[in-house]
Amino acid sequence: MTGEPILHVEGVTKTFGMRRTLRERVGRAEAAEHRAVDDVSFTVGRGEILGLAGGSGSGKTTLARCLIRLVEPDSGAVRLGDDDVLAAKGADLRELRRRMQMVFQDPYASLNPRMTVGTALHEAGRVHRRPGSEDADRFVTELLARVHLSPTIAARRPRELSGGQRQRVAVARALAVGPEVLIADEAVSALDVSVQAQLLNLFLDLRDELGVAIVFVAHQLAVIAEVADRVAIMHQGRMVEIGDAGVVLRDPQHEYTRALLAAHPHPDPRGRAGVA
Amino acid sequence: MTAVAQDLPGVADATTDALLSVDGLRVEFGPADAPLVAVKDVGLTIAPGEIVGLIGESGSGKSLTCRSIMRLIGAPGRVTAGTVDFEGRDVLAMSSKELRDFRAHDVGMIYQDPFSSLNPVMRIGDHLRETLRANRGMSKAEARAEGIALLERVGIPDPERRYLSYPHELSGGMRQRVMIALATASRPRLLLADEPTTALDVTTQAQILDLLTDMRRELGMAVLVVSHDFGVIAQVCDRVCVMYGGHVVETGPVERIYADPQHPYTKALLDSVPDMESAGNPVRREGIPGYPPELTDVLPGCVFAPRCAHARPGCTSVPMVLQPVDAAAPDAGSTACPVRPFSVGGPFDPVAGSPPDPVAVPVSPQPAAATAAMTAAETAARAQTGDPGDLPAPGEARITQPTDQESTR
Repeated sequence: MTGEPILHVEGVTKTFGMRRTLRERVGRAEAAEHRAVDDVSFTVGRGEILGLAGGSGSGKTTLARCLIRLVEPDSGAVRLGDDDVLAAKGADLRELRRRMQMVFQDPYASLNPRMTVGTALHEAGRVHRRPGSEDADRFVTELLARVHLSPTIAARRPRELSGGQRQRVAVARALAVGPEVLIADEAVSALDVSVQAQLLNLFLDLRDELGVAIVFVAHQLAVIAEVADRVAIMHQGRMVEIGDAGVVLRDPQHEYTRALLAAHPHPDPRGRAGVA
Repeated sequence: MTAVAQDLPGVADATTDALLSVDGLRVEFGPADAPLVAVKDVGLTIAPGEIVGLIGESGSGKSLTCRSIMRLIGAPGRVTAGTVDFEGRDVLAMSSKELRDFRAHDVGMIYQDPFSSLNPVMRIGDHLRETLRANRGMSKAEARAEGIALLERVGIPDPERRYLSYPHELSGGMRQRVMIALATASRPRLLLADEPTTALDVTTQAQILDLLTDMRRELGMAVLVVSHDFGVIAQVCDRVCVMYGGHVVETGPVERIYADPQHPYTKALLDSVPDMESAGNPVRREGIPGYPPELTDVLPGCVFAPRCAHARPGCTSVPMVLQPVDAAAPDAGSTACPVRPFSVGGPFDPVAGSPPDPVAVPVSPQPAAATAAMTAAETAARAQTGDPGDLPAPGEARITQPTDQESTR
């Protein structure tokens, strides 16, 4: 089901300066640097979901933000198709950002509380002059149907929606501009499991029906196991393992991946170790 | 309503030697004449040294139930019915002095976010010392020695140095360990853990869960773990209470709940839990169509009926009452679903009980006919107390059915 590569990432590195400690200031030494993302390379194909996992502070969110230049990487290359994302400016960058959309953990933060859902969705399409956006009602209705929401949602404001509905609207807003790559940063982590399962299905639908490539960032390995075709594991800024989901999660080669899997709380109580 | 609940067998897994027993608990918000009921007739018991899990989705009332035990419900919320009995003492009736004493010596509590429970300008040691001096009357020197010993017991490396650290200098897992040290400083017999690992990494989470299990074993401390994550519950708990829409819908040993859930909600919840076994072969899970009820939703009969895959006509008029899963095995727990097994059978008649299987009739020491009569009596009792959350008059009945349900695949 995986098509030709659409997103190429090569040697991306991002370093954050730390405040100098007293010892460093007295000794006039350089501040220690924190390498949030360290020489990471991978590709994502059309119609593929790449799961990006790792502990907190492993750099997975910084990496996801580097892809779309919400954080400027220090070095490396990011290409979308044949276009260089890191060199793009002005209108070219805007067009690239249209083709790569992000969905965040907290949909509240990405939706304007004073706009109705319909207005927000239509605005995104209108600004990017999307085909079909002339007819606002139809444009919005089609988008809402794409994320399995009823057209009546269009008249509501974000606070009138449940958490699951809001996250669907956030996905619809990302889809409004016709992206080729979707970057979902912990997009289902704040949801209850019953609603989470519906959202995971939605991401699988988008992959199959629209052929979008999805970079799916999550800290829960089991959530990634539910959707990912391939899995990449981050640890201390480095990508320590990448491969098919069935291989990485069933037969991990790196000891950090093994540790993550061992710590995963399994829902079957019979499997628990060391409990009296 | 409380009296009715107490007379019914199995409502609170009647355990005679319980450390804590909560019965008929009701928590309301909003105006008194039209209250929003967040917790409805909830009962649970915890035996000494037992780890009990309280699982539910957001808005199910699990955190409020947990907080009610320590009387931590702040205005505008209020407990309007029920009892919280800790070793024969009624917590809800305590004077403020008794309550202060109860909170200091008998229960400890840890929260999801340890950072907001620690004073950022106080050293870790100051927190511990203040607690130990106030609660256990120690001298400064004794408190320091005991504080360091507490830090060591919760697995903090280099405890003497950490005793002098500030909260911001510690990682999230270390802060949660400090919170556990503080909460257990006065050797409580019950620890309330409200989403203790939700903000932590999986590896840290596993360590904290191990620590809770160890402390139970070493100190004989009972623990109530509130969580939305069945994985967490399964790792540490002996028994589980499943909450939905303000009600306990099922209780029982964690193994039985996992292997043989007797309430459709529990089953659907377990089926929604993401599983590592899906790796490399993603399958679409059905999840639970629709969304959990809001506080303003008034649902007649079973609160789960609008989302239940096994709902049948009688379900909108059954009372939410726990019945033993197996009359012969009281330890197997109880369920609020009167249709058993819920996956088979025709329309359910709430008055005559479940027709297809005689064993499935709501079980009680009385004969089945008496049970039916009691159900009717209870219905009347509820109608008298004007309980809008549980049983509205037919004209007021309103099921909020989300229009945007995902088609089931």
